[in-house]
Amino acid sequence: MAIPVTTTGLPESTAAIGSPLRRNALHRITKAIRTNRKATIGVVLMAVFVFVALFPGALTRRDPSTATTLVFAHPSAAHWLGTDNLGRDVYAQVIDGTRNVLLLAIAVGLLTTVVAMLIGVAAAYLGGVSDSVLNFVTDVLLVIPIFPLLIIIAAYLPNAGNYVLIVVLTFTGWSYTARQLRSQALSLRNRDFLLAARVRGERPLYIIIVEILPTMTSLLLASFLNNALYAVLAGSGLQFIGLGNSNNVSWGTTLYWAQQNNALGTGLYAWVIVPGACIALLGAAFAFINYAFDEIGNPALRPLTAAKVRKAAEATTKRRLARGARAS
Amino acid sequence: MRFIIRRAGFFLLTLWAALSLNFFLPRIMPGNPINNIISKLHNVTPAQERAIEHALGINNKASIWQQYLSYLGNTVQGKLGLSVGNGGEPVSQLIRQALPWTLGLVGIATILAFIIGTSIGAIAAWRRGSRLDGALPPLFVFTTAIPFFWVGMMLILIFASVLGVLPSYGAYALGTTPSFSIAFIGQVLEYAILPALTLLITSIGGWVLTMRNTMVTTLTEDYVRMARAKGLSSSKIMVGYAARNAILPNLTGFAMSLGFVVSGAILVEYVFNYPGVGNMLLTAVNNVDYPLMQGLFLIITVCVLVAILLSDIATAILDPRTRTAG
Repeated sequence: MAIPVTTTGLPESTAAIGSPLRRNALHRITKAIRTNRKATIGVVLMAVFVFVALFPGALTRRDPSTATTLVFAHPSAAHWLGTDNLGRDVYAQVIDGTRNVLLLAIAVGLLTTVVAMLIGVAAAYLGGVSDSVLNFVTDVLLVIPIFPLLIIIAAYLPNAGNYVLIVVLTFTGWSYTARQLRSQALSLRNRDFLLAARVRGERPLYIIIVEILPTMTSLLLASFLNNALYAVLAGSGLQFIGLGNSNNVSWGTTLYWAQQNNALGTGLYAWVIVPGACIALLGAAFAFINYAFDEIGNPALRPLTAAKVRKAAEATTKRRLARGARAS
Repeated sequence: MRFIIRRAGFFLLTLWAALSLNFFLPRIMPGNPINNIISKLHNVTPAQERAIEHALGINNKASIWQQYLSYLGNTVQGKLGLSVGNGGEPVSQLIRQALPWTLGLVGIATILAFIIGTSIGAIAAWRRGSRLDGALPPLFVFTTAIPFFWVGMMLILIFASVLGVLPSYGAYALGTTPSFSIAFIGQVLEYAILPALTLLITSIGGWVLTMRNTMVTTLTEDYVRMARAKGLSSSKIMVGYAARNAILPNLTGFAMSLGFVVSGAILVEYVFNYPGVGNMLLTAVNNVDYPLMQGLFLIITVCVLVAILLSDIATAILDPRTRTAG
């Protein structure tokens, strides 16, 4: 069920084969990315991080977890970002950590969306008591402060690796999307095309997958991007306070060691600046793509260029003149 | 009124859910929390062991449901048990010391972020198409994606390590005793600048973007055109007609943003070693001080629920439509 989300969502993964309709959609998406500045920034940033995650060997030969005797080194030609308390190369950690962070973001983005879809659509479709119960659970998770809850859960799971983080972040992150999907599904319930499908005698699963889900593509895409951003920030936050696995190479963990060793007080600024900037840039990539899709879907939000303003003003004047001519 | 009562009822149920999470989480997790604590602390006195058992509601003689009921009963009466560290002080006592710091910091930062962010959003929407509106949304999309703790670290780097103009550690200078003197209050404010600024920078973007996007829609409404036709001044239309109506969805978004700010506050307090509940929570986690940890989670949840309820009441007063709709 998650497959339509990714293929329609991420333009890079959409194969250009298939019906002319699909090629047309692909063309529209690439054009949107080229013309919307926020989308361009987001996609370019994302492409860089995906490249680093796939081919870390192209950027560094060093192993990020090999300890050396050269501890707390300032940036130099040999160690571009210096070394940490165990003499490990910080640059290698940043490069190698990319894969873990990206994996966390994409996995949590997909899983939360799938869970939200199952719960939201099920609640709307089943109605009655099941709806009330599912809705209550959704609302509770929505108002309980999530980050303290994450801390509590992580505290009972010492040395949580990437997979544990994925499960925990998914468990706490699906509620907002579920709520949106539920109201979307509710608003669809009595539409003619669904009645038609029911009259045709289609099975409920067919109706949900073929008839209801395609109407939610933009919501699902927004959910994926939002939750991926949430996973990057919350996951790095947990690692930063030492609730991740401290041997796992990840940006949050690198920052944890920097904080533990008072990197700011001892002038090892690169150790702090670069991993944090990477988190911010990856988060920004998700946020920019999300905001751009919002703009593409809702033209009212788009920034107006001077030319467009002029054109709109001319159009209004013309319309007014035409109306005036008709009236007289 | 019915609306408020229904919301309050929902929050009581939510509180019960939070309590149940507190009770059941240590039981469904792998490993035994009591053993975790005892293995981390050396020389656990029988009194401490009882305190831990009490806080987790563990009583090997009673059935799990009896334990659950007595845990609920104790918590409702405000008996949160004794801290494992901190010389076995009552959890409620410790929380009482930390809570004002967090409420002050988060409260002021949130109110400032709301006022400044909403104003910027309103101006950006009003000057739609200007260079200002072209630059602001991307900037604030970016600030919402920066991790809180890193912003804090960067501010420390700039203002404390390099420039050396602002303190970066604690809520007041070491060695001073808290009092209500002007000198002390000034000092508290000085120490709060960087943490509050951190919260402000990362949480303001949400307000700006929601406000701008709703106001762009309200600006096309007929009553705005009507106001223009009447020849009202621009500032009057902007504030009294467009912004006034656009602010309501922003207020509803308060609930969402509060969770965001609270999570940020925990990390910010940690980075600045600020003596609030967030920092205390992380210390409790490090010391496997489960009773304190659970008590803090509960208090943070209660505070967030109360704040959301207040914003619900405000929305109900300002917007009659919400009183009938769920």
